[in-house]
Amino acid sequence: MAEGRAGLHVPEPVSRPGFEWDFSSVPIPAAGLVDRPPTNVAADEIRDFPFKLIRVLDDDGRAVGSWNPDLAVETLIEGLRAMMLTRAYDSRMVRMQRQGKTSFYMKSTGEEAVAVAAAMALERGDMCFPTYRQQGLLIARNWPLVDMMNQVYSNSGDRLKGRQMPVFYSSREAGFFSISGNLGTQYVQAVGWAMASASDGDRRIAAAWIGEGATAEGDFHYALTFASIYQAPVILNIVNNQWAISSFSGVAGGERTTFAARGLGYGIPALRVDGNDFLAVFAVTSWAAERARRGGGPTVIEHFTYRAEGHSTSDDPGKYRPRDEAAGWPLGDPISRLKAHLINGGQWSEVEHLAMQKAAEATVREADKEAESYGTLTGGGRPDPSTMFDDVYKEMPENLRAQRAQAML
Amino acid sequence: MNMIEAINSAMDVALARDSNVTILGEDVGFFGGVFRATAGLQAKHGKTRVFDTPITECGIIGVAVGMAAYGLRPVPEIQFADYIYPALDQLVSEAARLRYRSAGEFPMPITVRSPFGGGIFGGQTHSQSPEGIFTHVSGLKTVVPSNPYDAKGLLLASIEDNDPTIFFEPKRIYNGPFDGHYDRPVSPWAKHEGSEVPEGYYTVPLGKAAIVRAGADVTILTYGTMVHVARAAVEELGVDAEVIDLRTLVPLDIETIEASVKKTGRCLIVHEATRTSGFGAELAAMVQERCFYHLEAPVERVTGFDTPYPHSLEWAYFPGPIRIGMALEKVMKD
Repeated sequence: MAEGRAGLHVPEPVSRPGFEWDFSSVPIPAAGLVDRPPTNVAADEIRDFPFKLIRVLDDDGRAVGSWNPDLAVETLIEGLRAMMLTRAYDSRMVRMQRQGKTSFYMKSTGEEAVAVAAAMALERGDMCFPTYRQQGLLIARNWPLVDMMNQVYSNSGDRLKGRQMPVFYSSREAGFFSISGNLGTQYVQAVGWAMASASDGDRRIAAAWIGEGATAEGDFHYALTFASIYQAPVILNIVNNQWAISSFSGVAGGERTTFAARGLGYGIPALRVDGNDFLAVFAVTSWAAERARRGGGPTVIEHFTYRAEGHSTSDDPGKYRPRDEAAGWPLGDPISRLKAHLINGGQWSEVEHLAMQKAAEATVREADKEAESYGTLTGGGRPDPSTMFDDVYKEMPENLRAQRAQAML
Repeated sequence: MNMIEAINSAMDVALARDSNVTILGEDVGFFGGVFRATAGLQAKHGKTRVFDTPITECGIIGVAVGMAAYGLRPVPEIQFADYIYPALDQLVSEAARLRYRSAGEFPMPITVRSPFGGGIFGGQTHSQSPEGIFTHVSGLKTVVPSNPYDAKGLLLASIEDNDPTIFFEPKRIYNGPFDGHYDRPVSPWAKHEGSEVPEGYYTVPLGKAAIVRAGADVTILTYGTMVHVARAAVEELGVDAEVIDLRTLVPLDIETIEASVKKTGRCLIVHEATRTSGFGAELAAMVQERCFYHLEAPVERVTGFDTPYPHSLEWAYFPGPIRIGMALEKVMKD
């Protein structure tokens, strides 16, 4: 510690615009180094895990170590497909936003594995409490893209009837809880859902996601407190993508410890995983799910990843970080890494990959064509304005009936 | 029954009727609640149905939202209404809006019970009446009972209701009605109407006010403890006032209010909560909009002052019989 007087420490990222990106201070251990404990391990036996990094895919795309989930090639290709479809979908929706067909969009570029691998490791009945950046959950669960687009366009086919901003999906059927603009709120709700499931003797579990920025919200603390006290069957995912809009992870408290380590103080086992490694994310999610289903209680998982694009279509990351910083992220890209793994194993080829890429783009294009036939934010079909007054309450009270009559004049 | 017993009975009946009803909150389990409202319920219905939570109001409501999303019917308790603020985000941003924002996929049948109101030397943080904060939130219902019979019936109706309900219990009248004369002893509920409470199931419908005293000269709109204070003041002054206990603030029984004010031509609104932007302002505006040509005098409001609730100065603050009398005189003069 420097000699002298106390001064206010204001965290600052290593690089800003106009400078070279620099990830030299980010320690990246080799793949396969962390042993996979049994799912009934006592929490205090894996107290060092929040400071490790579970990685399966090495730099050559080989799956190494005891966390390798040994997935069938069909599963891997399905994962690749869902991640590529998610990326193609994101790319198309941003283009449509730029064309003025919707007001807003948020990509998940670089974080596709965090959602897709988790969805594939969970059971369909497990309830997900996502943030706005886990669209991969819906896509991996084969939820219709047209339905998602209808929501983004707030068109006549939007099941949410134009009430929610784009990307704030809701699908009870797909086990995808209604997204809120208020950060962190879903984290404690997921714990409540899991408590209800446990109290009901149900085998379904809950999974929640939160960004590293929102771990600073009180709800993060409430969720970990309740999850630990009642040993709720819940997976508490923290997606550490390094950035909360313009604030780097240090502003969320990431300079002196890991986000996974926050689980320790609550007595919750916590894992830290390479979030760009499909196999590793699949493996840790399966581990936590099995533990929860067996009555072993909650698990915290920090997914170490990088937000490769702007926060949203309203954001320009070039204003606060080096423009090409994403290219330097030492954990690479989740799609490229799974592709390399498949090619390395002789189970995939550039030709097949290109074909899958084209198929994903075509699927998205076709879906978009259909969705736009139901209208966009700026043209065509729209939700009936009189439905604006529905669902505030189960039955419409008199004041709302009167206001509806006024709105319809 | 007194009001606590009636509320306890409502939860006992609800727990027995519907296996999805779950009670949670600080000290509500083994101990039975700091006001005894949940006494005996854990022993009778089990620890997974009635349980203690850590001290985190936002956590309690957040967990209740998740439980409701699963399909349970949670009845969380916030120990004092003064401590409901940490839960505002979960109540306002989540519970109130989930049905709407999910287009009905996630209804939120939650009933938040919370003791509220002053008159007990509770000072700043054991006396507040924050109902106006909640009546302003679309998607929430707000209920305030004033006697044991209504308390049980309204609580059962709230628990059965498929929308989130804030159920405020005026703690000043848990044991007996309070007429505002703080220097006189309070008699227990057993000696008053409204204390005969059926053991079993019944409901008092939400959205229906009760005319607790029929009258011809002026309409008094009030709820909670102030129902008793206003009634006593009316009898003492010999004014032929029609006293309406709103019982449910949202949804509001507009029909009963409108009919009464059109009949009497005068309106006085009484609540404990602070004046500015309090629920009385909404009532006054509504009466003015709907009954303008029937009004013979400006609508008057007797409310708490626009200050935090003081401790030693309680009876100077509390809108008691003298202030109600002055307002009645004013509204009757024109």
